[in-house]
Amino acid sequence: MFAALDFTGDSFLLLLRALTYPLRGRVGLRRTVQQMAVAGADSLPIVSVTLFFVGLAWGWNTAGQMVRFGATSYYGGTTALAIARELAPALCGVVVAARVGSAFAAELGTMTVTEQVDALRALAVNPVYYLVVPRLAACVVMLPILTVVAIASGLLGAFVMALHFGVSVGEYMSSVQRFLDNTEFFGGIAKTLVFGLIIAIVGCRQGLRTTGGAAGVGRATISAVVLTIVLIYVTNLFLTAAIFGR
Amino acid sequence: MQDTLAPPIQDTLAPPIQLEDLSYTVDGAVILDDVDLTVAPREIVAVMGRSGTGKTTILRLIMRLIKPTAGRIRINGEDITDLREHDLARIRADMGMVFQGAALFDSLTVAENVGFALVEHRLLPADEIPGRVRDLLDMVDMARTEHLLPAQLSGGMRKRVGIARALAQRPAIVLYDEPTAGLDPISAAAIDDLIVRLREQVDVTSMIVSHDVRSLRRVADRAAVLHQGRFLAVDAIERLEHSRDPAVRQFLSGSPDGPMTEEPQMLNGG
Repeated sequence: MFAALDFTGDSFLLLLRALTYPLRGRVGLRRTVQQMAVAGADSLPIVSVTLFFVGLAWGWNTAGQMVRFGATSYYGGTTALAIARELAPALCGVVVAARVGSAFAAELGTMTVTEQVDALRALAVNPVYYLVVPRLAACVVMLPILTVVAIASGLLGAFVMALHFGVSVGEYMSSVQRFLDNTEFFGGIAKTLVFGLIIAIVGCRQGLRTTGGAAGVGRATISAVVLTIVLIYVTNLFLTAAIFGR
Repeated sequence: MQDTLAPPIQDTLAPPIQLEDLSYTVDGAVILDDVDLTVAPREIVAVMGRSGTGKTTILRLIMRLIKPTAGRIRINGEDITDLREHDLARIRADMGMVFQGAALFDSLTVAENVGFALVEHRLLPADEIPGRVRDLLDMVDMARTEHLLPAQLSGGMRKRVGIARALAQRPAIVLYDEPTAGLDPISAAAIDDLIVRLREQVDVTSMIVSHDVRSLRRVADRAAVLHQGRFLAVDAIERLEHSRDPAVRQFLSGSPDGPMTEEPQMLNGG
């Protein structure tokens, strides 16, 4: 119980401290661009592949049923809603948490146990500004972009299955367009802004609180990934309710 | 010594470092207990003691990387005990710290490490920074290593780069954590010479944590012997060797027999 409160309070304080810098116009542009490459561009292949295969699996499960019941005009739309609202944002968050959140925790954890974070402070450079702010900015900017790619990849996978089960291209496309309006599309994207905050803050927090040498870095990395993924799932539920209503 | 390192401005009335009734406790373990120490301008003071007695903790407290449980820390007369991180940046800009493991940023080159504070605080125009970095690396006998990464350096080389980085902002106070540990005698003597030269040429006040008695004899004006969280004695090493305290004599002679027998508490490597 105490550990949960400590984690929540500490993470929230770290987020507040980090947000004070962008509000004063200080981000560290060069470092942010570097982190955007790590968090965004380098994550593109794994996000695309993940959602493409999720789209295929989704199509495998639903397209056949839709054809059997003569509801092929709904296949593209329901698929688009599932992918844009839930699958792409949540899975994109989970993939980036596993790939990038773990890297944040491991890198900052190693810097902490080798006194590099103390060296930053001794050189009068605030570690929150130097280490956390660029990672936070990169995740918040790149996760929505990755999610757009994820939605496209998922829809492409589902489209392949549509062809496999005999749903026509025109039917699939018109169904997608009919169901997927701006609210659905941008609602899903908006959720990933919060996921980006969670990934960056939890990864950095666990890294900066690392103790106990190499074993401690391992523990920090594991806990960062587990906590982030659980928080993404829980937050996703509340965000879905808040954005899309009943 | 390079002429780019002009003497720093400091208040000559106030001692650069002053510790008053300083205590530090972690999880019930008393690391420091009512420690007092005043370091005069240009003085080189050593803190000696067995491994794990809290020597490094003293440096971390002076740099305010950690906060004392009780007591006051004054730097150039200013009480920094309760300063917030934002205000401490101003104090730290006038201080340098050489970490035991050098603590170089391993994703940056040697040149980027040494020029780090100059770039981050925009202390020099960008085109002047490479020249300053070269001067600093020359000073620690690390010329032509600018492009190397820390992983490509030996322990001694890393330590020398750490010293160059600590001196980049021309600090008035430099704290050294085991500067000669793990170095060959020639490298250790070169570091000792550098510490003395910094005092002679740019009026740096230094505090050295070490248990290398031979090295400290060469450089330290005074030494404090730390045992069980307290300073047993603070005096010139020559006088400490004739101290009436058997623990002080035992430490300086390196004898395994004597009062310094109980297991020390390990904290921050020293």
